[in-house]
Amino acid sequence: MTRLRARAASRLRGGVVATLLLATAVTGGCTTESRLTAGGAPQRTSTVTVLAAASLTDPLTSLARQYERAHDGVTVALSFGSSTTLAQQVAEGAPADVVAFAGTPALDQLPKDATDQGGRATIARNTMEIATPPDNPGGVRSLADLARPDLDVVLCASTVPCGKAADMVLSRAGITPHVVSREVDVKATLAKVRLGEADAAVVYHSDVVSAGDTVKGVVIPTAQNTTLDYPLVWLNTKPDTTGFAELVRGTEGRAALTRAGFLAP
Amino acid sequence: MTDAAEPMAAEPVAAGRIRAAGGTRLGLLAPAGLAVALVALPLLALLLRADWGHVLDHLADPAVLPAIRLSLLTTTTTVVLAVVLGTPLAWLLARAQGRAAAWFRALLTVPLVLPPVVGGVALLMAWGRRGVVGGPLYEAFGVRVPFTPVAVVLAELFVAMPFYVIAVEGAMRSVDPRFEHVAATLGASPWRSFSRVALPLAVPGMAAGAALAWARALGEFGATITFAGNFAGRTQTAPLAVYVALERDPQAAVSLSLAMLVVSIVVLALLRGRWVR
Repeated sequence: MTRLRARAASRLRGGVVATLLLATAVTGGCTTESRLTAGGAPQRTSTVTVLAAASLTDPLTSLARQYERAHDGVTVALSFGSSTTLAQQVAEGAPADVVAFAGTPALDQLPKDATDQGGRATIARNTMEIATPPDNPGGVRSLADLARPDLDVVLCASTVPCGKAADMVLSRAGITPHVVSREVDVKATLAKVRLGEADAAVVYHSDVVSAGDTVKGVVIPTAQNTTLDYPLVWLNTKPDTTGFAELVRGTEGRAALTRAGFLAP
Repeated sequence: MTDAAEPMAAEPVAAGRIRAAGGTRLGLLAPAGLAVALVALPLLALLLRADWGHVLDHLADPAVLPAIRLSLLTTTTTVVLAVVLGTPLAWLLARAQGRAAAWFRALLTVPLVLPPVVGGVALLMAWGRRGVVGGPLYEAFGVRVPFTPVAVVLAELFVAMPFYVIAVEGAMRSVDPRFEHVAATLGASPWRSFSRVALPLAVPGMAAGAALAWARALGEFGATITFAGNFAGRTQTAPLAVYVALERDPQAAVSLSLAMLVVSIVVLALLRGRWVR
């Protein structure tokens, strides 16, 4: 009897787990497509899908909310990741209306005809900066300090733009840092510093700005630094696609990007 | 020893009851076929899209071998630790009654349903340089757990141990307590009746649990990248290497995925013959 009960119990447990998994899958997969106005009449609903470099998370999120407030019924769906991953996703057919990359190399990964229907423009520039925890436990004062073996340094993976830029800055300065991890994108890299797990990271200046006082920035002199252009690509001419692209390129977009620590193009 | 379990084997189910009406069977075949396709299709696609001429070149990439080696090393360590620590726990849970056991069981189920990334954050909070345990450890001894192979094992244990314990607990519950009572009446100490009677009867369950735990540990991604980071040769396990390779050279990622597929199938096949049915 105990044997049977145990079996039934373990089966039940399996069932509960499966149900939970299914429930997450189902709820996670739903998006609200139709919205109703207060009067009950259906109105124009549309979704602009934006894929953007992780470093653009803060300014694009606020611009998206701004666009949604100004255009009732329009949803701006945002997805952030490394530019390399995003370009690949678009190439593999991921639905996207607007994409924004850190650096121009990711553009090469887009399908050749990607901008035929839409267009592209440079929206911002960014430089590299050292981020440390607020109390700077490693006492980092310059790029040269990163060569100290007692410092735990975190960089972006060498396959993504922030990792390539960091590698370039470090190799030009002739510095081999004690790297403990190469993270998948710039936000993951910065997170290791914010959590105090790493002593320093080489990230974008804009990330140091948007992290506020949760990290301390150590400036890399212009002579040793590098600059990345941020291209914005709109892949079609649907009204909300170009509308959102114009908002990002316009004065309000410029202001949001500058506030987030980006340089004007 | 295993023969002792024979008299307890379930009665064979009447064959006629399985052969349901033809219509029912057809109604079952469609969803069943779809289920098979959903699992088999991606695996097949991996084989179809592989660049077979260059698989060996891709695997010779300097980042690949260390990743596979690290994966095998950490998953083996994880399984050994799961068996050493998880078997006594499974036994205690299998024989325990009452509230506390139910709570422990529920606690063990949490990592099964928790998104692995959340597990990684939890591990950082516990073992990180400023963590609940990791903080004092770092202050006192200068030991940093994250970004080390130890962190990889901790992440894998966190997600895989529950699989082992729950599988083994089920197997141990099905060991009839009367065998232990008999052993006790013959003068065996509780430890002896556990190690000589109950444990051997639970071996098939332990092997199945170990295989499950190993597979889960091998596939671990989210908790590892969050907690242990990603550094070639030190914390970059095979799944992390696949993810990073996908950004640099998708074909290399496919080749590495194939290698993992082969390793998984070989291990499961070896286990299947011996213990796992």
